[in-house]
Amino acid sequence: MTGVGRLRMTGYAAAQVALSAPALGLFILNAVAGSLVAIVVGIPVLLLTLPASRRLADLHRRMAANVLGSPVPSPYRPTGDAGAVTRLRIWAADPMTWRDEAWLLLAMPLALTLSLLVVLLFVLVVTGIAWYFGVGPIMAARSRLDRTLLTFGTTERLEQRVEVLTETRNESLDHSAAELRRIERDLHDGAQARLVGLGLTLGMAADLLDRDPEEARRVLDEARQTTGAALGDLRNVVRGIHPPVLADRGLRDAIEALSLDLALPVTVSGTLGQRPPPPIESAVYFAVAECLANVGKHADARHAWVEVALHAGDLRAVVGDDGRGGADPGSGTGMRGVARRLAAFDGTMRVSSPIGGPTLVTLEVPCASSSPRTTPSSEKA
Amino acid sequence: MRVILAEDHTLLREGLIRLLESHDFEVVAAAVDADSLAAALAEQDADIALLDVRLPPTGTDEGLRAAVDLRRRRPGFPVLVLSQYVERIYARELLADGQGGVGYLLKERIGDVREFVDALRRVAAGGTLLDPEVVAAVMARQEPVERLTPREREVLALMAEGRSNAAIAAALFVTDKAVAKHTNSIFTKLDLPPAADDHRRVLAVLAWLGL
Repeated sequence: MTGVGRLRMTGYAAAQVALSAPALGLFILNAVAGSLVAIVVGIPVLLLTLPASRRLADLHRRMAANVLGSPVPSPYRPTGDAGAVTRLRIWAADPMTWRDEAWLLLAMPLALTLSLLVVLLFVLVVTGIAWYFGVGPIMAARSRLDRTLLTFGTTERLEQRVEVLTETRNESLDHSAAELRRIERDLHDGAQARLVGLGLTLGMAADLLDRDPEEARRVLDEARQTTGAALGDLRNVVRGIHPPVLADRGLRDAIEALSLDLALPVTVSGTLGQRPPPPIESAVYFAVAECLANVGKHADARHAWVEVALHAGDLRAVVGDDGRGGADPGSGTGMRGVARRLAAFDGTMRVSSPIGGPTLVTLEVPCASSSPRTTPSSEKA
Repeated sequence: MRVILAEDHTLLREGLIRLLESHDFEVVAAAVDADSLAAALAEQDADIALLDVRLPPTGTDEGLRAAVDLRRRRPGFPVLVLSQYVERIYARELLADGQGGVGYLLKERIGDVREFVDALRRVAAGGTLLDPEVVAAVMARQEPVERLTPREREVLALMAEGRSNAAIAAALFVTDKAVAKHTNSIFTKLDLPPAADDHRRVLAVLAWLGL
């Protein structure tokens, strides 16, 4: 039932007892500094004490996870590389920050009592039997208490999930509406216009047939060429919707086919074994295509590579190049579009691009039903 | 000439049969899916197979796979593959065995009947030909192509499409001798080994183009 042995749990209890004083100290500092934010002096203090509180809470989460033998997630909102004030604002808006505070103040007395009890039972040798049978249940109780306060309950998780889903759904709807408009425009200006012209040319040919058969033949030939051009337009539209090689062969070969058409040499590696669900395949394909297009446009690279793999139920594609680096995922509309498109599948995009390169863009999309995400998607690694 | 045909769209299949028979081809089998194609290839003897890339049951690349498979069992058996799309990755697979007698064209090229019939005969005779769209895409990627004169580029493209000197001369309205001069110049500029017959020349060009 439990994840660790008795002695280990006793060690945890001792650590928890020792950490209760710093915990109280942190709570007081947080509270005082928090109330002094208005007159600025509180800010630098909070920038130190809040991360420290989080580290302390994380330590207790890990101990609780080990005792309970099940994961206790650390559900903070990501701050990325935001500036100090923005970070404080994200922390203040994060309900977990407040739960941490409540845990520091309220849970500590009771939790401390439990841990202290374990330590005492162990130290006072004569109570050895009580320790032997008691340590498991007591530490389990303490760990559950920690878990209750330090993680979100079902309702809160669902609320956050709904928030994320609403956001990504709206983005997906916007995206598909824009796509439909683009397809409509392409068809209208391309194939449709050419078919109108074709009808006209065929009419002319019919008209000429008796009077000038030679000219009629020429016009018919022109009509045939128009059908070729219309088909060319349709091929381009279809490539933008669902590339034929992707439909025929799946993601890896489609990326290979795509890279054959680029001026830049691209090495494609990795195997998937099985084909991911079609919508995911398609989203990752277009994301990779966008990344490779960016490499061609901005990176000044001599070589690029794409690696695809199925990893613990996640479809992962890494797009790398040996270019100049310094790519900012937040700056281009293309990359933001990639992140949004992947977010609809709970996917993430990470960009590592130091000045001087190399640039690595990692795209990950869960394929199997894994734990749903309750925090926003993109970050700069 | 005896043809095995595989095309799942009724209209196109009937049209192709009519077109082929009016040009002295004999359609010995007209398959509608991968299974009937496999049966036709096993039972009938023919001079060439004319295959659509997408065939039932999955409607993906059955025709292409059948072509590669057929040529593995019978090296050099002439196959002309037709498709709504031409993909370099598929062209590469078709040409991988380095044998002649293979063609890969967009379906719409059927519209130019004389040209299409000629293509069938060239493939049946062991020639190699590629759709101009693939050739154009491949050439756009090759930097050394920029060293060629515009005329030489035209000649190179026509060579990659699998045409003989005589056909290139006719297409560009120049003499055979002028074409020979251009091809020599191309081979020198691209460091390609000289090749006597048309077929070897096409393969050399395609190999150089990375196909």
